[in-house]
Amino acid sequence: MAGNVSAALRGAMRQPVTGAVGRGGWRTALAFFAQPSALVGGMLTATVLIIVMAGPLVAWNSPVDFIGAPFELPSAATPLGTDIMGRDVLARVLSGGTVILSLSAIATLLGVVTGGALGLTAGYFKGTIDDLIMRLLDVLLAFPQTILALLFVSVLGSSFTIIALLVAAIHAPQVARVIRAATLKVRGEDFVEYARGIGTPSFWIITREIAPNVVGPLLVEAGLRFTYSIALIAGLSFLGLAENPPAPNWGLMLNENLIGLPQNPWPVIAPVSLIAILTVGVNLLTDAYAVWSTPRGGGGS
Amino acid sequence: MRASALLHSPLAALIGRRLALGLLTIFLVTVLVFVATEVLPGDAARAVLGRGANATRLAALREELHLNAPVTVRYARWLEDLATARLGHSLVNGRPVSVLIGPRVVNSSILLAVTGLIGIPLAILAGIAAALWHGRRADRYLSIVTLALAGLPEFVVGIGLIAVFATLVFHWLPPVSMVAPGASVLTKPEILVLPVTTLVLVIFPYLFRMTRATMIGVLQSEYMEMAVLKGLPRWRLVFVHALPNAIPPTIQVVALTFAYLAGGTVMIEYLFGYAGLGQGLMEAIKARDIPIIQVIVLLLATVYVLLNVAADVVTILTTPRLRGGRTWQAM
Repeated sequence: MAGNVSAALRGAMRQPVTGAVGRGGWRTALAFFAQPSALVGGMLTATVLIIVMAGPLVAWNSPVDFIGAPFELPSAATPLGTDIMGRDVLARVLSGGTVILSLSAIATLLGVVTGGALGLTAGYFKGTIDDLIMRLLDVLLAFPQTILALLFVSVLGSSFTIIALLVAAIHAPQVARVIRAATLKVRGEDFVEYARGIGTPSFWIITREIAPNVVGPLLVEAGLRFTYSIALIAGLSFLGLAENPPAPNWGLMLNENLIGLPQNPWPVIAPVSLIAILTVGVNLLTDAYAVWSTPRGGGGS
Repeated sequence: MRASALLHSPLAALIGRRLALGLLTIFLVTVLVFVATEVLPGDAARAVLGRGANATRLAALREELHLNAPVTVRYARWLEDLATARLGHSLVNGRPVSVLIGPRVVNSSILLAVTGLIGIPLAILAGIAAALWHGRRADRYLSIVTLALAGLPEFVVGIGLIAVFATLVFHWLPPVSMVAPGASVLTKPEILVLPVTTLVLVIFPYLFRMTRATMIGVLQSEYMEMAVLKGLPRWRLVFVHALPNAIPPTIQVVALTFAYLAGGTVMIEYLFGYAGLGQGLMEAIKARDIPIIQVIVLLLATVYVLLNVAADVVTILTTPRLRGGRTWQAM
């Protein structure tokens, strides 16, 4: 089934991550960031996060006011020049990441939590419940997600809620499959058998015994899904399907200003670089975490 | 094995179920497309003609779109039209959908074919090379580069290439890939270079990493150690003993890559103004040209589903563990 293939592929791509979550604050964090890819990934991600969070406070021009001619080159007043409508590029770049970032974070969280819950339930109860959930997810996974997302956004509009729900719905089945596999592994362990033996309620076993042990794969999934969320959400804006166009948004900036690339490249170069730095950073962090949380890696990357 | 025995084998049952799931998915996709384009927008006739449309034209368009019948009847009629290749007419210029979409199908196929012909061998050879150099510097560099590349959205790669090769640094190539409406892209092959390069870079990391991981696994297996101990020459080890076992997983990845491209080309065609299905879809979405949206979405979705089915069938046929007829319970 569709589920099997991707699980097998994933297994070959990354070593299976068993729930070896390091605990214990600073030393663990130091050990993690001692890996080159974690350090570089962390720095790239942090750079973009700082720009997004501090940006709106720093910008001195309004991101929506028309202050010059279209595609003016950088000057003292407008350090990155102006965009197609004569608005300050720097101000738009500094405040244009908020929507993409917060929307990606919420959609990812929603997808990972829903998928995680489904995966835990399916993996723990096995049998009919498992069959039902996994069959449903197989069908969902077989959908061409990008195209259908495009279709629904074009019909329903691209409000914050619709995009968040749509992207979360794309993520949930993938996450559920990975978490189900991890749950099956943990379920066979002695401590779970023991908890069942002394009559612990299922809900308690799932949340207190199993869930903490699948946090590792869950975090790796969250990282992968977050990168994909950013690509998808920025991509929809790039295609011109963003909500309320006057508000700045990196994807929308690309859509609007590509035509002015030869005159003033900054309204394209700045947002596209930030999207690139962010996605590469998160991807490196995720990969570093996947390697790190795997007991004795070897083989894969 | 006799034919009847083959038919009743667990393997055939598994493949049959996978095909059935594929058909079910395509059916559900048609339902979704129908709901999204015919039911959700409310009055499609008003959406097309705008608020100020006069009543006679609205009524005529409602009749043409069968908007007065119950939903289930409309769906059945719609499906029947599609199945019998009556694709309808564009709401924007009244021309038959098949005529408008035909050249786009050809253009998109050319884009995908050239991408595949260049990208797939390149990524597979690089993956084999990296596996042979496992742990050495070249392998590490390739792995880091592909890891970074894997995270980049496709439009970011495309814009980067446009900036470097077509506008800011060099002016070697056209920044947009436009042709006259209905003309073949082959009349101007240079416009293919940047879109193809973008797509090759986009599919490269996944294919490369999968081939490399599979090949490393094969090279470390016991039968390979045996072959090494027998003193076989290196080329024979790689191409006669290792490669055949690395091919089935690679075929799956190739199928999945093309399935991904069925959706991934939308952004690239839009970026380059390449007259393929993806760009056609975006134009239709902006013009609210519902018959065209329906046909393109269904076409891309069907290709996607079929390629996914193909990838899974290859997996089923090449994974001994699955031959017992069990599905995900085995994982």
